[in-house]
Amino acid sequence: MGQTISEKILARASGKERVKPGDIVTCKVDMAMMHDSSGPRVAGRRLDEIGVPVWDMDRLVVITDHYVGYDTDESRAIQELCDDWCKSHGVKHYIRQEGICHIVLPQHGHVKPGTFCVGADSHSTTAGAFGAFMVGIGATEMTGVLATGEIWVRVPENVRMEVTGALKPGVAAKDVILKICGDHGIMGFGYQVVEFSGDGVAAMSAQDRMTLTNMAAEIGAKTGIIAPDAKTAALLAEWGVPGVNPDDWQSDPDAGYVKRLTVDGDALAPQVAAPHSPENADDVTAYRNVKLGQAYLGACTGAKLEDLRMAAEVVKGRKVASGTRFLVAPSSVRMREQAAKEGTLKILEDAGAQILQSGCGGCIGLGAARLDDGMTGISSTNRNFVGRAGPAGTKLYLASPYTVAASAIAGEIADPRDML
Amino acid sequence: MIQKGKAWKFGANIDTDLIAPIQALKREKPEEGYVHCLQDVDPDFAKNCRTGDIFVAEENLGIGSSREWAPHYLRLCGIRLLLAKSYARIFYRNCFNLALPALVCAETHRISAGDELEVDPLKGEVRNLTKGESYTCDTVPEHLMRIVADGGLLEHLKKKFKKAS
Repeated sequence: MGQTISEKILARASGKERVKPGDIVTCKVDMAMMHDSSGPRVAGRRLDEIGVPVWDMDRLVVITDHYVGYDTDESRAIQELCDDWCKSHGVKHYIRQEGICHIVLPQHGHVKPGTFCVGADSHSTTAGAFGAFMVGIGATEMTGVLATGEIWVRVPENVRMEVTGALKPGVAAKDVILKICGDHGIMGFGYQVVEFSGDGVAAMSAQDRMTLTNMAAEIGAKTGIIAPDAKTAALLAEWGVPGVNPDDWQSDPDAGYVKRLTVDGDALAPQVAAPHSPENADDVTAYRNVKLGQAYLGACTGAKLEDLRMAAEVVKGRKVASGTRFLVAPSSVRMREQAAKEGTLKILEDAGAQILQSGCGGCIGLGAARLDDGMTGISSTNRNFVGRAGPAGTKLYLASPYTVAASAIAGEIADPRDML
Repeated sequence: MIQKGKAWKFGANIDTDLIAPIQALKREKPEEGYVHCLQDVDPDFAKNCRTGDIFVAEENLGIGSSREWAPHYLRLCGIRLLLAKSYARIFYRNCFNLALPALVCAETHRISAGDELEVDPLKGEVRNLTKGESYTCDTVPEHLMRIVADGGLLEHLKKKFKKAS
C-alpha cells in the first residue's frame, strides 16, 4: 500500500522507511515557530530554566502578533520581554509586528513543502496549504523542541476530503470549511489529518486554500494538508521559496485513508456559523436579518490580500450601514501595502471601513475590534466561543469575507450573492 | 500515584478560552490570572476548588486555542487529575506536560458534582466512593506517565540534560 503525503513527511522526519497510523515516533523538527504570547515569555523562559541553548537558530522563527496594535502597560511589557529574549539569545529570524504569524511565516519564506514543522499556536495547521505538515503545540512542549529539536508524535489516520465541482461566485474556501465543521462537528476529525483535494481545491487560489488548513483546527484535526501544485509553487516563489517541484510531495494513488468524504462545491451556499461554535454552521439564508453592531475582517483566517479583495468586490460603490462599525485588520503588513497599492484598501475605506493594525486583535478579544458588551457581530475569523471576542454577553457569527462585507453594508446578516 | 478528591463536573465542549480568558492571561504571572478560570461557566470554581480535586467533563475537553494557561490555571486552582470522554489533542498533551494526568473515561456522565473519587491512572480505574460505582479509563501511553512521574515535561527535560552533562 502507498503512503499519504503526511505519512511520507512523518517517515522522513522520524528516520523511518514508512510509518502507520497509531505508531508513536520521535520526529526531528525542520522549523519551529512561536509568537509573543506563547514564545519568549513562556517557552523561552523555561528553556533558560533548563539552561541549554536553542537547538538550531536557523530553524526557529519568532513573530510578534498577539499583543500588538494597542498600547497598554501589559502589552508593552510583553513586547519588551520578547525583544530582549530574542536579542540576548541571538534569534536569527525575529519578525516584529509584521502581521499574524500563520501568514507572515510563509510570506517570509519559512514554509516549505514536505517539511515537519511545529508552532506554539493552534492555527499552525495553516502551513498545510503549502504541503508542509505543521501542528500546533503548547508552550512547554515548545520548550522541549527548543531544547532538543525533537518531538514525539502519534501517527494520525488520514481522511481525504474532496471538494467536487466549482464554487459559485460569492462562495469561498471559508464556506467550504464552515460547511465541513457544520456537517462533522468541532471534533469531527479528532486526531486525524484532513487532506483536502478535488477540483474545487485545485480551482482555489493558493492563498484561499490557507483558509481550509487554517480551520483544520476547528474540526478537531491534528492538521490539514494540501498536496502542492503549480499554484503553490508560484506563490511560494513569490514569497521567497523558489524552485519547488510539486511532484516531490504527493500522496500515492493507493495510499490508505480511513475515510473518503466529499463536499459538493457546485451546490454550496455561503455559510454562517451562529454563536457560540463554528459547528453551528448553516446556509446564510438561515440567519438573515440578524442585526449587527460590528462586522470584522481579520485574523489569520480572513484578512489575507485575497480576502480583502473579496470584501472590496462586495462593498465597491456602497456604504456601510449606519449603526454598524466595519473594521478591517489586514492579516499582514505586506498584504496591507499590496491592498493599498492596488486600490483595494481605498474601496474598503470609501465604503466606511476603518483599517486597523495587523495582528490577532479582535479574533482573541483584544484591541479596537473587541466586541462591546452585549454586542452582536459577524467576522471572518475562526472561533466564536463564549467570551473569546468580547465579554460573555456578546454574540459572534462567523462567515466568509464576502458575507462579512455584505453584512456590513446591510447592517444585518446578508447574502453576498445579492450584491455581486 | 493514586488520586483521591472531589469531582467538579462540567459538560461538553469546554474550550480553552473559557478555562483561561484572554483578559486574565495577558497578566505577567499565571498566579495573578487563574482566579478568572472558568468564570463564565462557574464563577465560584476558582474560589472553591481545593488541592487534589478532580476535573470531570464530557466530550471535547480543551478545544480551541493552544494556550497552556488552560491546564496551568486548572492546576493552580488545585486540580490534580482530569477525566473526560474525549480531549482536544493540544490540550491533552499540555496537561501531561504540566503533570496533570488527563484520562479518557467513557462513563463520566455517571459522575456528579461533589462525588468523592479515587483514581488510579496507571491501572485506568476510577472508584466513585459516593455512588459505590467503578469505571474504567483508557490506558495512558507509558512515556506520558513517565513525564507525569518526573513532575512535568520541564522537570523531565531538566533531568535528561543533567544526566547528559
